[in-house]
Amino acid sequence: METMIALTIDGHFLQVPKGTTILEAAKSIGIAIPTLCHYKLEGQGIENKPGSCRVCVVEVEGSKNLVPSCYTECKEGMVIHTHTLRVIMARRTVVDLLLSDHPSDCLVCPQAGKCELQKLALDLGLREITYSGSKSVYKKDISAAIIRDMNKCIMCRRCETVCNQMQTVGALSAINRGFEAVVGTAFEQKLEDSTCVMCGQCVQACPVGALSEVDNTRDVMKALNNPKKTVIVQTAPAVRVALGEEFGMEPGSRVTGKMVTALRQLGFNYVFDTDFAADLTIMEEGTEMLDRIARYQAGDKSVRLPIMTSCCPGWVNFFETYYPEMLDVPSTAKSPMMMFGAIAKNYWAEKLGISREDLVVVAIMPCVAKKYECKRDEFQVNGNPDVDISLTTRELADMIRYLGIKFDQLPNGEFDRPLGESTGAAAIFGATGGVIEAATRTAYELYTKKALGKVDFQQLRGLTGVREATVDFDGTPIRIGIAHGLGNARKLLDKVRKGEEFFHAIEIMACPGGCVGGAGQPYHHGDFSKVEKRLNAIYEEDSSMPIRKSHENPYIKQLYKEYLGEPCGEKAHHLLHTHYFDKSKKNYGL
Amino acid sequence: MAKLKSLADLQALYEASQPIMADRKGPKRPSGTKTILVCGDTGCAASGSVPIIENLRKSIEAHGLQDKVKVVRTGCFGFCERGPIVKIMPDNTFYTEVAAEDVEDIIETHIINGNRVEHLLYTDPDTEETIEESENIGFYKKQMRIALRNCGVIDAENIEEYIACEGYLALAKCLTEYTPEKVVEIVTESGLGGRGGAGFPTGKKWAATARAKGDQKYMVCNADEGDPGAFMDRSILEGDPHSVLEAMAIGGYAVGADKGLIYIRAEYPMAVHRLHVAIDQAKEYGLLGENILGTGFNFDIELRYGAGAFVCGEATALIHSMEGKRGEPTFKPPRTSEKGYNMKPTNVNNVETYANIPIIIRKGAEWFSSIGTANSKGTKVFALAGQVNNVGLIEVPMGTTLREIIYEIGGGIKDNKKFKAVQTGGPSGGCLTEKHLDIPIDYKSLTAAGSMMGSGGMVIMDETSCMVSIAKFYLDFTVPESCGKCNPCRIGNKRLAEMLDKITKGKGTMEDLEKLRNLSINIKDTALCGLGQSSPNPILSTLDNFWDEYVEHVVDKKCRAGVCKDLIHYEINKAVCIGCGACARNCPVEAISGERKMPHFIDQETCIKCGTCVTKCKFNAIQIK
Repeated sequence: METMIALTIDGHFLQVPKGTTILEAAKSIGIAIPTLCHYKLEGQGIENKPGSCRVCVVEVEGSKNLVPSCYTECKEGMVIHTHTLRVIMARRTVVDLLLSDHPSDCLVCPQAGKCELQKLALDLGLREITYSGSKSVYKKDISAAIIRDMNKCIMCRRCETVCNQMQTVGALSAINRGFEAVVGTAFEQKLEDSTCVMCGQCVQACPVGALSEVDNTRDVMKALNNPKKTVIVQTAPAVRVALGEEFGMEPGSRVTGKMVTALRQLGFNYVFDTDFAADLTIMEEGTEMLDRIARYQAGDKSVRLPIMTSCCPGWVNFFETYYPEMLDVPSTAKSPMMMFGAIAKNYWAEKLGISREDLVVVAIMPCVAKKYECKRDEFQVNGNPDVDISLTTRELADMIRYLGIKFDQLPNGEFDRPLGESTGAAAIFGATGGVIEAATRTAYELYTKKALGKVDFQQLRGLTGVREATVDFDGTPIRIGIAHGLGNARKLLDKVRKGEEFFHAIEIMACPGGCVGGAGQPYHHGDFSKVEKRLNAIYEEDSSMPIRKSHENPYIKQLYKEYLGEPCGEKAHHLLHTHYFDKSKKNYGL
Repeated sequence: MAKLKSLADLQALYEASQPIMADRKGPKRPSGTKTILVCGDTGCAASGSVPIIENLRKSIEAHGLQDKVKVVRTGCFGFCERGPIVKIMPDNTFYTEVAAEDVEDIIETHIINGNRVEHLLYTDPDTEETIEESENIGFYKKQMRIALRNCGVIDAENIEEYIACEGYLALAKCLTEYTPEKVVEIVTESGLGGRGGAGFPTGKKWAATARAKGDQKYMVCNADEGDPGAFMDRSILEGDPHSVLEAMAIGGYAVGADKGLIYIRAEYPMAVHRLHVAIDQAKEYGLLGENILGTGFNFDIELRYGAGAFVCGEATALIHSMEGKRGEPTFKPPRTSEKGYNMKPTNVNNVETYANIPIIIRKGAEWFSSIGTANSKGTKVFALAGQVNNVGLIEVPMGTTLREIIYEIGGGIKDNKKFKAVQTGGPSGGCLTEKHLDIPIDYKSLTAAGSMMGSGGMVIMDETSCMVSIAKFYLDFTVPESCGKCNPCRIGNKRLAEMLDKITKGKGTMEDLEKLRNLSINIKDTALCGLGQSSPNPILSTLDNFWDEYVEHVVDKKCRAGVCKDLIHYEINKAVCIGCGACARNCPVEAISGERKMPHFIDQETCIKCGTCVTKCKFNAIQIK
């Protein structure tokens, strides 16, 4: 039985289980203690509580100094005051000090209106900055996907925690001492030269504008205003279950139709769906998976198993950096976004008689790393990229706001054909376990030559960080591993590398929850229940689809018949597959 | 040397090593042997003791005295003001300010002819008489050397000298006579408090680590001495490293740890070297390692180097640094006694605390607790610095007054100037004044007076010290030494330093003084660790004790001590100036002009207030206004 602790908070007597922090105890009785550095992804085992911002301090009777409530565990008989004058003045001073070392360019900050420091200053009623003095000045570091503007860093260390504990990437860490202390890379390298994999979870975690994605909305506006260009857009499956949050809608609202209408109003010539390419990915990756499994079952021990998914650009960067000896293990299939680009700029452009230079492919992604992915050299043809611009869900929302569109009142629209048709299997790409479930639906039927009775594979779903399941392929047990969050990926991979576990296939997503928890999604400010709601919405989206298996998508069938030939055939191989690079030594050129 | 395998082995070695110490323990022997002790510590070595030792050895050989006279390089005698120190035993003759050229005189006059070298003896400034024995010198009269008992007595690099002074007998006693619980009990009853500064009861700390559950426990020695001007721990490690090793082993036995770690700053090369030598010797003699003295107790010690970050003196930051992580503190609880190094129960004590342990075990808790005051037992080592006649390393019983330290041990203020303030506790402490001089020093009284004991830095200031500048000096130290983790310390201290800078430049306002106090109080209340919680102390204590001086800076734009450059200017007193031209010749910016043999004049526009003219004028004609 749990040991209970009795205490008093602001005159309320309560009992909490041993180990509960003052912050949690206060929250349980509806007392909101402000926080800043504290960041917890509930259920993911990730918590940043360095106790460093001192915003959540409270008065504990008998204690000489104020104590941080996020860090301090309740003790029997504690008498706590959360909002005395002493506490409020201390909080105001702490925020006042932070503002004294912060650029006052809030009006043009990427975090304007969403900034947690701004909100805190407002809540504490600060009307002037009492203390003045020198400010920290750092050079802006702009990479392909992430901008670091360390003048705005408040040393909450959230980015450091997600980069090190959650993602085990270790690109960011506190450096220097005293007033010069700041979060930085090793030897103050540029982010692009560091071990950063561009997953962007630091951006998602940053409470201020110190970390943000590269803003490409102007590039899109320019293309849309260029009459010579045909501008088409593709939208990733996780965007439609999160975009509504930007307009005050409930997390998990499915806004597919409104999103399509908004994109048309923005002026895109064609509104397509990355989901179409997700179905295509299943055809390629599923075929590759079946081929490897079949050869393995036939006794070919040279086959590299498990086959690993390769849709996630953060994950691709991660294994290129940290597992260079495993470059031949993941599937060579491009990500759905890049497959879409390849098909659009070749098959579709040819069909419409547009040159690839006059076709602009824009992708709306829940992701920050996609910005980096579409700039990779291998995805360019004569300097012209297959995908020209990748925007985050947040940037799309910004563009919708530019045009004064009342998003929540929009009628539902429909994707254009042929590249807008998809199945339920594609929809679930946005959830952890979704890609492998979609692949399983197709692989099962192709392998067993039997129709699936039930397409829902509950054993592959959920939010547990590392999941293992066995799927019965009509007598052949297929072992499947799933991880989301790169730290979990590392755990799973290390097991495989040591030979402790055998899997036929593994799905990995860099972000917690998969793309629904992507770095380009609306800020959840550490409220992971929002991610969970988006995840549930993804499965609703799947259930609502008339076709739920990728290989049954009629337009996919047509594409192979008309253009590609066989899955993993020569043409498909040329257009839809890629190769990987050893990035483990990239930062040796210091 | 064969390993000592039992208590009997150690006792036999103790007996056998007594002749080494015969000269030093006296009385004079018929054989007429002499031991010449030369301070070889960092301070005296810097003022030239190494060539003295070389010359002594050469001279002894030249005179064929090798069998009768021995030279020993010892640790610190404490009287750094008059270093290098040479002491001749068993004659008990204490020579000060010895130079390499004096060696021949010492050998011929003293050793061969048996006469004192008069000019090397200490002269009492009051009576102007020479004093031969150190015990009779004012600097030593009120001192009581417990932690420093072997400094200036033994050769730190010779374990047998330590053993000859009952070294490792305390460890042997614990291992053979006492249970671990009994050892904790003795330390608790002795009343020993943490000498790092806070005075937390050492026995209580040991008991907590002993109580904590863990498959592996650690004894850690905090040798990250960082206060400006402090060198108490360095001197102990350089002069008597074995006392710390022995204490750590005793602690290991008491709390159930078989591993010791010493976190020492890499900037202490001599201390590092002597620790290495001491650890190697202790292992060779079987006093560290496995199955110590055949008792089945294992204890090993390793060094961990710090890179000179002040904050790493804080226990949690120190542990993170040892683990190879960023040296920054984490919130307590959990305390290090529960989750310390590698998340295992860890006991962290300071060097001076450890140095007290072996003698407490040998002489008993009652003996130790009879020294000192009601709430602070034993002695405290201080690094006495600043404007006193005798700077150096001192050790006094708790309860000694600041007046006794400054005027009797320290010999009063230099150049007969007026005493203004005494700073204790380093950057975490405060400045006390005349009215505090008679309080007996202990943990409680210093804190009550608005300062703190701290690790032992003690700086004496006279009327030429500007108290606003002093507060600024300490903040300028703290700002870059903050780890930068928590906002109040990272930004708040910076703002305090900036406000002080503004005030010293004559640009402060009365509102700034109010802000200064408010922010100071707030930082103390909200900062994460001891560094931030105490860093505003130098400001608060000077605001309390020297409020008028702050107001003068702000309202009258004056610095009475003449320190703040922006608030002073130099003038030549026409009545005194004889027109020698020395000031004008030495002025780097040619701001001074005047006819020969006529009073000179300073052009205030050009003057950069470097003060060179003041030092060059032989007639005190140049005044600070």
